[in-house]
Amino acid sequence: MGPFLRMLFVALLAVAGAAHAQAIEPMPFANHAQELRFQHLTRQLRCPMCQNETLADSNAPIARDLRNQIFRMMQQGKSDEQIKQYLVARYSDFVLYDPPLSARTWLLWFGPLLILLGGAGVVLVAIRRRNRAGSAAITEVPAGDRPIDNGDDW
Amino acid sequence: MSRLLPFIGFMLLVGLFGFGIWWNTQHDPNAIPTPLLNKPAPAFNLPKLYEPAQTVSKADLLGKPYLLNVFASWCIECGVEHPVLTAEGPTLGVQLVGYNYKDAPDDAKGWLAKHGNPYDLLIADEPGHTAIDFGVYGAPESFLIDARGVIRYKHIGPLTPEVVAKELKPAIAAMLKEAP
Repeated sequence: MGPFLRMLFVALLAVAGAAHAQAIEPMPFANHAQELRFQHLTRQLRCPMCQNETLADSNAPIARDLRNQIFRMMQQGKSDEQIKQYLVARYSDFVLYDPPLSARTWLLWFGPLLILLGGAGVVLVAIRRRNRAGSAAITEVPAGDRPIDNGDDW
Repeated sequence: MSRLLPFIGFMLLVGLFGFGIWWNTQHDPNAIPTPLLNKPAPAFNLPKLYEPAQTVSKADLLGKPYLLNVFASWCIECGVEHPVLTAEGPTLGVQLVGYNYKDAPDDAKGWLAKHGNPYDLLIADEPGHTAIDFGVYGAPESFLIDARGVIRYKHIGPLTPEVVAKELKPAIAAMLKEAP
C-alpha cells in the first residue's frame, strides 16, 4: 500500500468513525463496563422509526430518546431483561432483533428449515425417479438396437 | 405432467409474489402493531399547550371517549392529515385531543395559527418521555381511548378519509355501542 493510499484509508476510517460517533452522543457512564453493556444492549434493539437500523446506530429522534431512556434505566439499576421488557411492552417484539420463540413466530424461526427439508425431499424424489427411469430404459432397449461395443477405442 | 411441473412452480411463485404486492397495498409494512391495544392507556400528566401552567392527566379525561392525535409542526405528514381532521373531527362524535409531540411550543402555536385548530384540547409533550409510554415513534399517530381510559384503536400515519371511514368510524361506533 502506497503512502497516498494509506493516507486515504486513514482519512476514510476517520470519517466513518466520526459518522458513527455522531449517532451516539457522549453519556456519563459510571464505568467502562457499563458503557460496553449499553452498546451491547442497544445493538440488539431495533429503532422503531428507521426499521433497518439498531438503536445504537440510528440518528432518528426516537432512537435518541430511547437510548436516553435505556441509559436512565441502567442508572436505576435495571437489568438488560427488564429494559427489553419495558421496550417490548411499548413497541412490541418488533424492537428485538431476535424475536422470542412463540406460537406466532415459530414459522419465522423454523420456516427456513422446513423449506430446506422440503427442497431435500423434492431432490430425493427426483433422483429416485430418474434412477428408476434409467434402469427401466436399459432393460427395455431391444437387443438389436443396443449400441455395440466392439472394443474399439476412439 | 412432469413437463408441467416447472410451470406449476412458476405459477405458485407468481401467486405468492402477487399476494405479497396485494398485502402491502392493504397494510403499512412499517406499522408496528401496538401491544397497548385494548389495554388501559398509560398514565400521563402533561401541560396544556396554551396554558402550560395547567396540566391534564389521564384521570381528568376519564368519562368521555376521545381521539388522541399525536402531531408536530415539524412533521410533514401531519400537514397532510390536518385537513382531514378539520373536516372529519366534528363528525366523529368524540373529543379531539391534540398531543403536540417533541415540538417547540411557539412552533406548534404558529403551525396551528396558520392551518387552523381542529382540537378540543391541546396538550404538549416537548421532551417526549410520555410518548414512549404510548409507544409513539413518529407522528402522526392516533389513539382512540374510551370513557374508561382503554385504548380501543390505534392508527400510525396520517388519517385519510378512507381510514376514517373504514377503520376509525367503525371503531368509534363499536365503542359507543358497547358503552354509550
